Amino acid sequence: MSFTIATSLDEALASIAAGARPIAGGSDLVVGARQGKFALPAELVAIDRIESLATIDVGADETSIGSGVTHSRLMEDGVIVDNFTAIADAAALVGSPSTRNVGTIGGNVMNSSPAMDTGAPLVVLGAEAELTTSSGSRRVGLDELWTGPGQHSAAGNELCTALVLPNRPAHSGSAYVRLEYRRAMEIAVVGAAAAVTLDGDNIASIRVALTAVAPTIIEVAGLDSLVGRPLDDASLAEIAEAASGQATPISDLRASDTYRRHTIGVMARRAAEAAANRASGETIAVPVNRALGIGAAS
Amino acid sequence: MSDKHAIQLTVNGVPYDVTVDQSQNLSGALRNGTGLTGTKEGCDDCECGACMVLLDGSPVNSCSYLAVQAQGRDITTVEGLADGDDLHPLQRNILEHGGVQCGFCTPGMLMSARALLDRNASPSNEEIRIGLSGNLCRCTGYARILEAVEATAVEL
Repeated sequence: MSFTIATSLDEALASIAAGARPIAGGSDLVVGARQGKFALPAELVAIDRIESLATIDVGADETSIGSGVTHSRLMEDGVIVDNFTAIADAAALVGSPSTRNVGTIGGNVMNSSPAMDTGAPLVVLGAEAELTTSSGSRRVGLDELWTGPGQHSAAGNELCTALVLPNRPAHSGSAYVRLEYRRAMEIAVVGAAAAVTLDGDNIASIRVALTAVAPTIIEVAGLDSLVGRPLDDASLAEIAEAASGQATPISDLRASDTYRRHTIGVMARRAAEAAANRASGETIAVPVNRALGIGAAS
Repeated sequence: MSDKHAIQLTVNGVPYDVTVDQSQNLSGALRNGTGLTGTKEGCDDCECGACMVLLDGSPVNSCSYLAVQAQGRDITTVEGLADGDDLHPLQRNILEHGGVQCGFCTPGMLMSARALLDRNASPSNEEIRIGLSGNLCRCTGYARILEAVEATAVEL
């Protein structure tokens, strides 16, 4: 048994190479272990005090979000709210203030739940995960990283150190909309993220990704036909139809597959509309769920 | 290597030497290791907020946080609110507004409210609701708890 509190990335990577598992906030790892889903790993290295993992670096072409950045910060950080708004929408919906204070974007990504809130926003914004070992880093697309519910393709000695996103062109907007039955301590029934760039009134690019309707977060295929067209009712209906058609949801305690398949289309449509409105310069406060009135009224 | 860790926790400004298992949660270490039993354990699942403490000023569910990971952090529990026999205004207001019945959720409510008011001296009703959204009450109801926080914000 060992527990190390790392203060540098090198120290953490050495521990991980020696077999330790990383822990940041523990909001998945400790909760899961206490629920009896798995044993708490015998060798642990805490990575939440490594300053270099808790930075948001804006470069000329890319923005790098350190894996240790918490949801609390993501929902309020000016860079994220202004440029990668869907991530802020998602972070603001996670759990409660205490969950958001300890939960990190790296933990959310590597937990690899198909119901994770920051996943669909990261997909539509083109994020790659930076995976690091003592001997170097590589980047992997999220479609390659996530292989199933709670499963990913990273090697045991790799630590997710950042999520790297291309900077957004002008006239871009993004949004994440989640179907929820209550406004806190909730897990997505379904959710959808959209990223839109406009050329005048027409779509220059659009990406939509879906939460909790497949074994992993999935991106909606076949939306290129919308480029050059306005995001009008016909376009939105096509997005909704594509989302519902490509979803392969399960039935569980929270919703039936039929209900999920229908509502994912509604969420995709609303996310695309909100993203386009933001792209056209409209300010919609984070999280967009509140503006849309989703969740029980207060 | 032994599963036991001899650690020091700084709680309400006071250092406590405790010996814990690696898997020991912070709430258990506080209750059994330091004798500070104001922090409650409810769901043990990060849902109810009865175990809320502040770590470096931010609310954290201590039921699902490892005690060994809290080393070197400033931990504030409900026992750290009052100044001797003088109740913190949040404590006084939650009494005066009838925001306590069984009292089990109260320590956690107070810690979330304290963190909220430290960050935002005049929160809106909606901001108070968000600030307390990780705390469940199953007897008093939330209206009087919200009133107590609002009254404290006006007072401070």
